[in-house]
Amino acid sequence: MAVDFKKEVEYVARLARLTLNPEEKERMAGQLSDILDTARRIQELDTESVEPTSHVIDLPALLREDLTTPSLTLNRVLQNAPQRQKDFFRVPSIAGRIPEEVEG
Amino acid sequence: MKYEVVIGLEIHLELKTRSKLFCGCSTIFGKEPNTNCCPVCLGLPGSLPVFNRRAIELAVTAAVALNSSVQLKSRFDRKNYFYPDLPKAYQVSQYDQPLARGGYLRVELDGSSRNVKLERIHLEEEAGKLVHSGESIMGSDYSLVDYNRAGIPLLEIVTSPDITSGREARVLLEELRSVLLYSGASDCRMEEGSLRCDANISLRPPGSEMLGTKTEVKNMNSFRAVELALNYEAGRQEEILAAGGAIAQETCHWDEEKKETIPLRSKEGSSDYRYFPEPDLLPLVLEEAFIKEISAALPELPAARRERFKKQYNLHSSEAILFTVNRSLGDFFEAAAGKYSDYNNLAKWVQGDLLYYLRESGKTAEEIDPQKIVELLIMLDQGQINRPVAKDLLNEMVLKGTSPQKMVRDKGLERISGDEKLLPIIEKVIDENSDAVENYRQGKDKAIAFLVGRVMALTRGRADPGEVNKMIKEIISRR
Repeated sequence: MAVDFKKEVEYVARLARLTLNPEEKERMAGQLSDILDTARRIQELDTESVEPTSHVIDLPALLREDLTTPSLTLNRVLQNAPQRQKDFFRVPSIAGRIPEEVEG
Repeated sequence: MKYEVVIGLEIHLELKTRSKLFCGCSTIFGKEPNTNCCPVCLGLPGSLPVFNRRAIELAVTAAVALNSSVQLKSRFDRKNYFYPDLPKAYQVSQYDQPLARGGYLRVELDGSSRNVKLERIHLEEEAGKLVHSGESIMGSDYSLVDYNRAGIPLLEIVTSPDITSGREARVLLEELRSVLLYSGASDCRMEEGSLRCDANISLRPPGSEMLGTKTEVKNMNSFRAVELALNYEAGRQEEILAAGGAIAQETCHWDEEKKETIPLRSKEGSSDYRYFPEPDLLPLVLEEAFIKEISAALPELPAARRERFKKQYNLHSSEAILFTVNRSLGDFFEAAAGKYSDYNNLAKWVQGDLLYYLRESGKTAEEIDPQKIVELLIMLDQGQINRPVAKDLLNEMVLKGTSPQKMVRDKGLERISGDEKLLPIIEKVIDENSDAVENYRQGKDKAIAFLVGRVMALTRGRADPGEVNKMIKEIISRR
């Protein structure tokens, strides 16, 4: 397949907040192309009578009772915070921006 | 308006559980920031979610109460987006296999009622709360995050594009809130953010089947704001269309100060949330019996209660609505009506003086013993006390829980009437106020009011002014 997947790679990278250099983009476009080729081959199989699989374990979810358990201490909660201000996680301002515009 | 307005609502409400949807952290409101958090709701690597049974029960309860068809098998998916209130960078939600499909809600507006259709109901997790720094939201260069709300079970209800005005949207929300409160699924406290609403709105030529380009309206923080914002947005779209323009598909924010919707310029293309099945959760499978059990346990819902109040107690529509919206007041009325059969008189006292005194004192009807208002009304009906005394007794009853019968006995508040008790007082007043009597004889009607006032003062308000008036006139004419 001679389709160039660079645009797709850039789009996915933006959604995932990844910065890729031109070399990486080139390489990943090729890899993406290979992955899609494989997917295309799988699509040739007749799956008419097969239910789509979302889980390999064929069991229903378990339910727990509505009981509270102790939470972490504040220091443990904030241990991995990129920045801490008083009892909060401090993050770059997102005010007035919608999710798609927020840079990671 | 030359156009037909088409509105669909997306309503989010927090379910009333003790613990979060996937972990045991408490859902209690107003705790110190970041103190109700654990590895699961913080999205720490290696943690695994486990469903809260109560959340599922409440979601099914809400779905059944809204006539929605609960699916025996539903699935959870990851909705991926970056926003700091979302610790995992995805929200666990339901995409193409929601908990319940369809449904409707009966809405009464301007004397007629109709069913507004629902599209779907699904379960998802709440996000955390962002606190913006500085005075102005726009001016801040950082935000603070509190993850206490993250992971609280959230129900999303999506209506069909089936609503025709801002007012109807508001009435629908009020009814929805009522149904969910009665069913016990949610507290629906808008001020605590446990009920929120976004809307999609578009215009089209009347009778057209096609939907016009829609805008999404967000940030409406009260039912009133929903009505105002949607009416404003309908007007804004109409102006654009009438001038030959086209509506841009965009998101608008309702500005509560300016009372207008402000479009947010966004990048082209719709959101790409890249939904995929949540690998950490197995499909949710419900037993037929589980759904039936919840259906059977559903309490009487608002529409049924209003109808019953109208029929059983012969109440006006407005009274039935009040006694449904104000549930404790209606329950109080009903408890008292079991022992007092003049329902209309009872309804008048409950929605009038009682409600007034309750509001004055900041109490609810639950705190008042219904037996006591029955005592009070019986004494009034039998002429033992007069109306002003009855009102005072009611107020005392609300404030201190005093028994009206006991108060009447202890303080001697019985009505003073008849030849034996009232007549001597009236004769005394007439004897002592010959000037006023003379004035009355000469046609000055005000003089009689003075005499009645004197009698009321001497009886400390316990006589019936009508009776006093009548007796004074009789005595003067006989003399």
